[in-house]
Amino acid sequence: MALLVLGAVHLAAIGAGFLAPYAPTEQNRSLPYAPPTRLRFVDAEGRLHLRPFVYRLVEREGAGGVYDEDTSRPWPVRLFVRGASTDRVHLFGVEEPARVFLLGADGFGRDQLSRLLHGAQISLFAGLMAATLSLGMGWLLGTLAGFYGRWIDAALMRGAELFLALPWLYLLFAVRAVLPLSVSPGQAFLLLVLVIGLVDWARPARLFRGVVLSARERNYVLAARGFGASDLYLIRRHIAPQTIGLLLTQAALLVPQYILAEVTLSFLGLGVGEPVPSWGNMLAALQRYHVLSSYWWMWIPGLALVPVFLAYFALSEALRARAGPASP
Amino acid sequence: MARLARRAAHGLLLLVGVSLLSFVLVELAPGDYFAEMRLDPRISEATVRGLRARYGLDRPLPERYLSWLRSLARGEMGYSFAYGGPVGPLLWPRARNTLLLTATATALAWLLAVPLGAWWAARRAGPAAHGLAGVTALLLALPDLVLALGLLLLAVRTGWFPTGGMVSLGHEQLSWGARVRDVASHLALPVTALVLGLLPVLVRHVRASVAEALAAPFVRAARAHGIPERRVLLRHALPAAANPLISLFGLSVAGLLSMSLVVEVVMSWPGLGPLLLEAILARDFHLVLGPVLVSTLLLLGGNLLADLLLYAADPRIRADAR
Repeated sequence: MALLVLGAVHLAAIGAGFLAPYAPTEQNRSLPYAPPTRLRFVDAEGRLHLRPFVYRLVEREGAGGVYDEDTSRPWPVRLFVRGASTDRVHLFGVEEPARVFLLGADGFGRDQLSRLLHGAQISLFAGLMAATLSLGMGWLLGTLAGFYGRWIDAALMRGAELFLALPWLYLLFAVRAVLPLSVSPGQAFLLLVLVIGLVDWARPARLFRGVVLSARERNYVLAARGFGASDLYLIRRHIAPQTIGLLLTQAALLVPQYILAEVTLSFLGLGVGEPVPSWGNMLAALQRYHVLSSYWWMWIPGLALVPVFLAYFALSEALRARAGPASP
Repeated sequence: MARLARRAAHGLLLLVGVSLLSFVLVELAPGDYFAEMRLDPRISEATVRGLRARYGLDRPLPERYLSWLRSLARGEMGYSFAYGGPVGPLLWPRARNTLLLTATATALAWLLAVPLGAWWAARRAGPAAHGLAGVTALLLALPDLVLALGLLLLAVRTGWFPTGGMVSLGHEQLSWGARVRDVASHLALPVTALVLGLLPVLVRHVRASVAEALAAPFVRAARAHGIPERRVLLRHALPAAANPLISLFGLSVAGLLSMSLVVEVVMSWPGLGPLLLEAILARDFHLVLGPVLVSTLLLLGGNLLADLLLYAADPRIRADAR
């Protein structure tokens, strides 16, 4: 179940270019904070249409931010249309100059649904990639420390203690502080993944060390060593399989945490910047009180995090239950 | 006591390590506060060089670290270029505010979590327990950022609470009692955000460890003696479950401080969080180091407190230490 939800969400993010009706950066300066467009079946004269349609929104004269529907002409929603500005086929859309904003528009009149889907590419995959990085680092260093022991172990674990003595968000901020502030969105994305992934190696490293330490002393490992197996063979063949359970449960725990880290940093203007959407910089619009209280659809990226996190938590619980009651 | 001293010394050593690590990290950063001046054609290269020399930015790294340590010992903690003064006086009121916020939130969260968790463990099944499971799962999945924004919305919409800051205008003129009330009303929302963020984790752990204690043979023996269930729960199971919970207290401090950083910024609570963010945006590196070090200090202090509590609560540890 959890896997299904996560799979669907990530597929939607990958297919954002097709699923979203507009490009995430396409602005409509005449439609700031347009409310979600209503899909209709019955028009103003009471006729029933089989194909859903929308009415064009027009800003009311003299009252900025208040919109009326122009009921003189229905604009049918069509499937598989070619976008005017993107020059690619979208799942659905309406003809120009009408707009279909299923989740409303932001302050620049950009379609919130398109931004949500494209932002998911940034936010969700930043979490996945950062988790891959930190688990990779943690696994490597934890295995080294656990397998070789002695001074390697002592040095690595003292280092880990240093990193753990800092509250992790403070550490993240400190590392982010020393990196350049104004970078292009693409660089910012890579920078964030690197920073989030590399800063948090200590916690997984400690856990992997524990598993490797106990695996190393198993009788079959000692036997293999007695037969002259090389270190590399021992780690690959006997130690690594023991760590897979921990790897999976840790991944399910860390990914949502890193997604939130990206969202937080972008929210505060330290992450991916405009015009590229990320769920964090979309939420940043809420820092203005009138947006916070007047336009509920600006909350959607934050609310979208909840089902994603619930699915990851359910996944981690399921993995833990499968691994047995003894695992951490 | 020897154990405690050892822990404190260990903490101090860690603090020195963290200071070295963060100082080197920050000093290796490309660019400094004066870097942007170079872009300004009105300021000559010689002026920038003069400024850098005046603040000692041209000296080698170990020398700068030592001079920074000396200023740390004087309580100045380096020099803030953006504020044009030592960091210390900027930092201490902020640290006090963060401590006030996090300490209040921790106390409240534990006061709520222990009865809730114990009750949940005793109940095990039933609609109320299922409801609690659902609510904690939902709270667990609700990001602290969204939680803080939601509470802010509540404040903006209803006007029941102030929307930010720590004191109202004219706070200085109020009587002592009114001042306390003023701070408390500003404290309410950030504390609620932190408590709601902390509570699901705590309640789940309390439930797990109390349930484990309730399943132990000595509890069955107590029940067989005809001791009432309430007394079994409160006098027998809870003390036995305390040990892992005190360790959890030490562990939860780190998460609390991170959460507090976000909440402080969103609700403009004048703590370490907004100061850190401001320092990062101004590329004022000594001012970045201040909050980072103080947060480490708070974390280590929390761990030490947990150690002390464990020492007081668990006779086995006392026996070990002797």
